[in-house]
Amino acid sequence: MLAAVYAYEIYRRPETVVPQRIATPVPTALLLKPIPDSILNAAELRRGQYLILASDCVACHTREGGIPFAGGYAVRLPFGVIYTQNLTSDRQTGIGNWTTEQFYNVLHNGRGAHGEFLYPALPYTYFTRLNRADSDAILAFLKTIPPQSYIPPPNDLPFPLNIRLSVLGWNLLFFTPGEFAPSPQKSPEWNRGAYLVTGPGHCGACHTPKNFLIADETSKPLYGGTLDNWVAPDLTSNTRVGLGLWSIENIVEYLKTGRNGYSSAGGAMAEVVSNSTSVMTNDDLHAVAVYLKDQSGSPDNTFDTPDAGAMKRGAAVYFDICTSCHMEQPSEQQARLFPPMRANMVLQQSDPTGLLHLILAGDRTAPTPTRPSGLSMPSFAWKLNDQQIADLATYARNSWGNKASPVEAYQLSDMRKILNLESTRTSSVSQ
Amino acid sequence: MATILPPVDAVLVGFGWTGAIMGQQLCDAGLTVMALERGIWHDTPTDFAPTFVQDELRYMWRHHLFQNVANDTLTIRNNIKQQALPMRRLGSFLLGTDVGGSGVHWNGQIWRFLKSDFKAYSHNLHRYGNAMVNAYDMTIQDYPIDWDEIEPYYDMFDKLCGTSGKAGNLRGQIQVGGNPFEGPRSDEFPTPPMKMPYGPTLFSKAARTMGYKPFPHPTGNLSQPYTNSLGVQLGQCTYCGFCEKFGCGNYSKATAQTTILPYLMTKPSFTLRTESEVLKVETTSDGKHATGVTFVNSAGEEFFQPADIVILSAYSLQNVRLMLLSKIGAPYDPVTGKGSVGKNYAYQTMGSVDVFFEDKIMNPFIGAGALATVIDEFNGDNFDHSGLGFIGGGYIAQMVTGGRPIEMIRTPEGTPDWGIEWKKAAAKNYLHSVNISCHGSVMAHRGNYLDLDPTYRDSFGRPMLRMTFDFTDNELKMSRYLVDKAADIGQAMEGVSSVKKNYRKGSWNVVPYQTTHNTGGTITGDNPGNSVLNKYLQSWDVPNLFVMGAGAFPQNAGYNPTGTLAALAYHSAAAIKNRYLKNPGPLVQT
Repeated sequence: MLAAVYAYEIYRRPETVVPQRIATPVPTALLLKPIPDSILNAAELRRGQYLILASDCVACHTREGGIPFAGGYAVRLPFGVIYTQNLTSDRQTGIGNWTTEQFYNVLHNGRGAHGEFLYPALPYTYFTRLNRADSDAILAFLKTIPPQSYIPPPNDLPFPLNIRLSVLGWNLLFFTPGEFAPSPQKSPEWNRGAYLVTGPGHCGACHTPKNFLIADETSKPLYGGTLDNWVAPDLTSNTRVGLGLWSIENIVEYLKTGRNGYSSAGGAMAEVVSNSTSVMTNDDLHAVAVYLKDQSGSPDNTFDTPDAGAMKRGAAVYFDICTSCHMEQPSEQQARLFPPMRANMVLQQSDPTGLLHLILAGDRTAPTPTRPSGLSMPSFAWKLNDQQIADLATYARNSWGNKASPVEAYQLSDMRKILNLESTRTSSVSQ
Repeated sequence: MATILPPVDAVLVGFGWTGAIMGQQLCDAGLTVMALERGIWHDTPTDFAPTFVQDELRYMWRHHLFQNVANDTLTIRNNIKQQALPMRRLGSFLLGTDVGGSGVHWNGQIWRFLKSDFKAYSHNLHRYGNAMVNAYDMTIQDYPIDWDEIEPYYDMFDKLCGTSGKAGNLRGQIQVGGNPFEGPRSDEFPTPPMKMPYGPTLFSKAARTMGYKPFPHPTGNLSQPYTNSLGVQLGQCTYCGFCEKFGCGNYSKATAQTTILPYLMTKPSFTLRTESEVLKVETTSDGKHATGVTFVNSAGEEFFQPADIVILSAYSLQNVRLMLLSKIGAPYDPVTGKGSVGKNYAYQTMGSVDVFFEDKIMNPFIGAGALATVIDEFNGDNFDHSGLGFIGGGYIAQMVTGGRPIEMIRTPEGTPDWGIEWKKAAAKNYLHSVNISCHGSVMAHRGNYLDLDPTYRDSFGRPMLRMTFDFTDNELKMSRYLVDKAADIGQAMEGVSSVKKNYRKGSWNVVPYQTTHNTGGTITGDNPGNSVLNKYLQSWDVPNLFVMGAGAFPQNAGYNPTGTLAALAYHSAAAIKNRYLKNPGPLVQT
């Protein structure tokens, strides 16, 4: 109810547009509820509960304003919309009647309860790495979720994609079922991290670039991707756009608290941190970090010197409006409120979509149990015109040692249309 | 017919500073809590983003964050011989509304009262005799609480806010650079003092040469980023000079929003209902037990919220009014002196000195709500009042709350109030002047009180609160004394060309702005005969009713009230958690 109140408060004001996610109730109480020892299969239920947290199932299996896990969330793909399954224990519309075989078949083979092909909007290319015991544990926990009778809307897909058999070809090209196989040369911790990242955590679903059929470009693992008009940054050891400068502790802090002095979790990552990583165990977060730090860096690019005029104009905008929060030389604590510009990998992503989205629409840092402040950046869509934002972005991407391609004004005007944030002052502001 | 809602353990009426403190304390003690706020939800990026919040016209002059007096105001008179009239425009004080209350648009001045302030009656009686404490029809009395009892709760509030400052008395040891007059602190400030701009630096130098001990103002505008024990983060202040009357866009002013709400709002046991105006506290037929509150939402629908504990945490004036409307306790009668509800309304006596310089550039726009150096030599009973004809005092501060161009233009003595000469003087002096404020106490007087207006009603048809208040000679003499002392310091500032004394003169008026420090009316005392509340802010008449806020002050000290009212709230919460919940009933036996 509160979320609705906030949303109303925000949307009724024309000046500021921020995402609806405000003081997101971190994460659904169901997933944090202690399971008493008195329950027969307590250990299995706890394992299932934790894997559901680590897989962030709730994010996609809850429609906006809907009951957690009842499904109906619209996964918007370039060619259509797929609605997610009801995962509550309802026998008709949910998973109440499913057997463990059926459920394992979903995760492992990408096949539905009746053997039908599932669309890879469900990231079964990752979930196939879960072993049978983990799969059974997840189903056991899902069956404890109170039933909600709900049938999601039918998918909205064009021919031939509306024929499920079309997935067969996709699977032949891009899907190899197989449980996670530990690498004997690596430590148990590394293997735990590898399992979490490539299995339940399905990090690559967003952070690995996609080909024209929305399949992972497997030759570029975790090189970064785009979704929902946000950028999922490069997670390799690239020191400019990746995690190369982050220590293991930096990664753990980011995933636990949503902020670490280099960056703050926003955009699509905010709900991942709020709902999932912030409530994972420190040991698991450490394992994830160990694995990520072991990824070799993506190849880097070289860049021409940006236009001097753009840099000068961008600097003026930066010092006028950005330094009040981001400061010139923020202390470590201040950098955990508002990320610093220096060595900021989010700023330098090859695709500036996320940065432009952030400047236009504003955003909030993911609230987490240990750091509940959903600190925010306001919308600048009404305050700065396209050229000013382009200059600012170019400046920020090429100062303090940062290097990235310049941003042009047309990219802002495109983004404004997508986000429905047309400027109210486009023509009247002198440049 | 009111819709009856499911009962809760505690209901909060009003959701500003004290509401947020009590909500957090009681939820963490395991209670289910419902907060009812008459105004709307506010949070930083939506309502006071740094992209637009520094707008003096919108916030200061057009009252964007304040109570709309077209719906509800109070009636005002100076004494009982006058006919009170509604205050149709906010002026002398700026009433808050909405989530966060006045704490959203405060300056962030976090003070503790002096040890002797808690014993205003007995201390002054002992030092100056019976005639002085009864002069001017004074009705001052002691708090039923002393320094040692309240100090830990002051410390809790400092640690919630991350208060910036320098201790002057650390566990009894006087510290160089702090306020030597303050009571012993159990701990240093959580963050160091703010950096001082030029004006406060010159003030400090001058004061020191005159033998005073200047110190940095304790402030909730943070000198450094801070994370409190709830995990909530505050940022570093940027000295933009828009605190008072404005929300803070940088998360650097301590407010309910920046210290408590991100934590509290995620608690499943806590619910906030906005746009819900409480009409009255309901009681059992014998009037000895509160059953809950009746409120109206913005659609005009009426609800009854049952609760085991009712906490009035609205602004002090609203709390007094709700007590009167709910017929809890005996209304004060200034003629007979009987009754307590509405008694000892007090305020603040503000005087100041403008100091002008020929060449020195003060850059007044580098400001913050509590950016000041202060001397405390003339506050409370820090000086000998013998022969002065008054008691009380105040702090003297060169404070740079900002250089806002409409409100903060100073012109030297003799300048016309408008026209070309005024414009010339305004332009000439904007960068070359500072203001020294004299923040004085108001003692309680028999004729200063609050009751329900017999004529005027609000948009719900309820009687408005009637305020009867005037400065007495005690306050005016005190303020004149402070202004003269401040002027002496101004004259001693390096490069000074002239000073202008702004004495507080004559009767109190609803214009111009003075301060939003309205105290008393639900005062605390040691027995039901002299007060509305016991020292735990518990109603003597209805033991499951607690009343927060500065209404509890028996008289007002020479400091800003927020630190003390927050400490009293924490003190009350501790008593509820540790004693009341185990054994509901009066916490002080009569």
